[in-house]
Amino acid sequence: MAAAEFETPKIREYPIIPHLQEGVMAHSKPFVAKPDFQEKLGYPGELVDNWKEVAIEKMGELTGKYRSLQVFLDSCVKCGACTDKCHYYLGTTDPKNMPVARQDLFRKVYRRYYTLPGKLFPKLVGAEDLTEEVLDDWYSYFHQCSQCRRCSVYCPYGIDTAEISMAAREIMDAVGKGQKYCNEIIGKVHVIGNNLGLPEPALADTLEGLEEDVEEETGVQVRFPLDVKGADVLVVTPSADFFAEPHIDGLIGYAKVFHQAGISWTLSSYASEAANFGMFIGSYENMRKLALRIREAALDLGVKRIVFGECGHAWRVAYSFLNTLAGPFDFLDPSYPVPQHICEVTHGLIQEGRLTLDPSKNDDMVITYHDSCNVARASRMGDRPGGQFEIPREILRTVCNHYVDMPSYSIKEGTYCCGGGGGLLTDDLIELRVKGALPRMEALKNVVDDYGVTHMAAMCAICKSQFSKVFPYYDFEMDQIVSLHQLVSNAIVLQPEGKEESDENSPGEGQEQAEAA
Amino acid sequence: MPLEVDGKTFETDEEGYLANLNDWQPELADAMAEADGAELGENHWEVINFLRSYYEEYQIAPAVRVLTKAIGKKLGKDKGNSKYLYELFPYGPAKQACKYAGLPKPTGCV
Repeated sequence: MAAAEFETPKIREYPIIPHLQEGVMAHSKPFVAKPDFQEKLGYPGELVDNWKEVAIEKMGELTGKYRSLQVFLDSCVKCGACTDKCHYYLGTTDPKNMPVARQDLFRKVYRRYYTLPGKLFPKLVGAEDLTEEVLDDWYSYFHQCSQCRRCSVYCPYGIDTAEISMAAREIMDAVGKGQKYCNEIIGKVHVIGNNLGLPEPALADTLEGLEEDVEEETGVQVRFPLDVKGADVLVVTPSADFFAEPHIDGLIGYAKVFHQAGISWTLSSYASEAANFGMFIGSYENMRKLALRIREAALDLGVKRIVFGECGHAWRVAYSFLNTLAGPFDFLDPSYPVPQHICEVTHGLIQEGRLTLDPSKNDDMVITYHDSCNVARASRMGDRPGGQFEIPREILRTVCNHYVDMPSYSIKEGTYCCGGGGGLLTDDLIELRVKGALPRMEALKNVVDDYGVTHMAAMCAICKSQFSKVFPYYDFEMDQIVSLHQLVSNAIVLQPEGKEESDENSPGEGQEQAEAA
Repeated sequence: MPLEVDGKTFETDEEGYLANLNDWQPELADAMAEADGAELGENHWEVINFLRSYYEEYQIAPAVRVLTKAIGKKLGKDKGNSKYLYELFPYGPAKQACKYAGLPKPTGCV
């Protein structure tokens, strides 16, 4: 826990493409997973002797299995459109953090072993042997990609660096060189059900404490139900929502929304995690195993709907892959999206006039909103294009009187990653996290100076933890990051004599239809 | 990087968290704090002792909110908030205080 031995980048008035400093981040490497963590996920405990053969074979398997990956490797024309789009490049100035250069760490090996010109004339086509140095570079720079996909928005071919990073990490896992942070966590979910390793009694105790707190504060008994069979809605949320700040204030917001709308809901101690780090390491098997816990919990509890809490990549997995990973979900009520996002629920209820909100409760703040990369660029919300941008903003404008957007290049599909996504939210990568946050910090500073913005809302557990950690490096206060549903929670006016929710009786189905929108 | 206290060696992980929970003794917390350039006072110990008793019961560190509430009850309401805990443990109550208390590091999106 020694003090940081690096310099925090200076905030500039507007983004400037930095001068290159070759190799300046070559030292940045996360801790390697211990044999125990590796083996639990079905990977070799440490680097295998014939790692080179295993890696090349795995690469062939992946390019054969995922056509997209092969297309991405074959189609880059080195136009350079992506070079200045990566927050890690902008923050670190290391040229290997340019998306095209990062991809090329993989592509050069692919060319050497899987293309004819690369086999015959490697030097002419930029093909290279897989060596220990190359593997070292992979370990370093594929853990300097948060798989945020900003570069792919600007690529004329739509090449997705995230997918290449995932493949590289999967190959490294296959040869026994996995990353500690992700793999330890995935192992915990397989056994305990969540990233934190929070067992059921501790979860129950925490939720009970929240019921007391909310009652003390509002005079209303708002429930935080756990493992309630027959509830209508199963809420799956990142375990950080039970543990960290400001996450927990968001969880309180969900509970108040369900309470006021009279929707019966429950959390599950078996599926007590929305996050799915299996995606970060590119492992379909682990991703599927984690997703199946949610299916099992939904079946076991007999719920009609599944709603996801504020977690960025969880929503990508849920929205884009849940049905193929763990479906079919024909046992759920088809009049609601499967799955549904908590913001869709809240937004629908606002449209129907079923929430009593007093936005003046947030008058002490001027709010801006950070689009989380996986929500912005890898999923959607609601029934119209761009719903993932508009629905959160419409909620914010309803619950806050003072809302301002950050500069247009830094929001919506152009949003900058918080700097800690994609399985990099670990202390051993703090230098990378601080530097990678620079573009977002500059955009935030812009609205702080020009419009008096005091707080930034987010709806991703990683973003929230990352910002509360890196804000002080840029002279912001750690509590300037807030949960979206924390603001809903502040604004919602609860009536002490209002009807209490019931676990057995669901409100009229017809009433709830519009929520599905 | 093993930790040496009173001539005895204790195994830790890469980040200095105690490898074996049962190895813990108060002197270890003092030694860890010293290495961070800090000194543990009475209020630090309130936090460390609470963490250890919570862990004993639940096999996990308490949520930040559970911790602040408990500390507020013990040390007065003005101290029952994260701001105060960050004053005590600048690297974060969940992580730094857990380390001194011999608990494993909280993992996940925290």
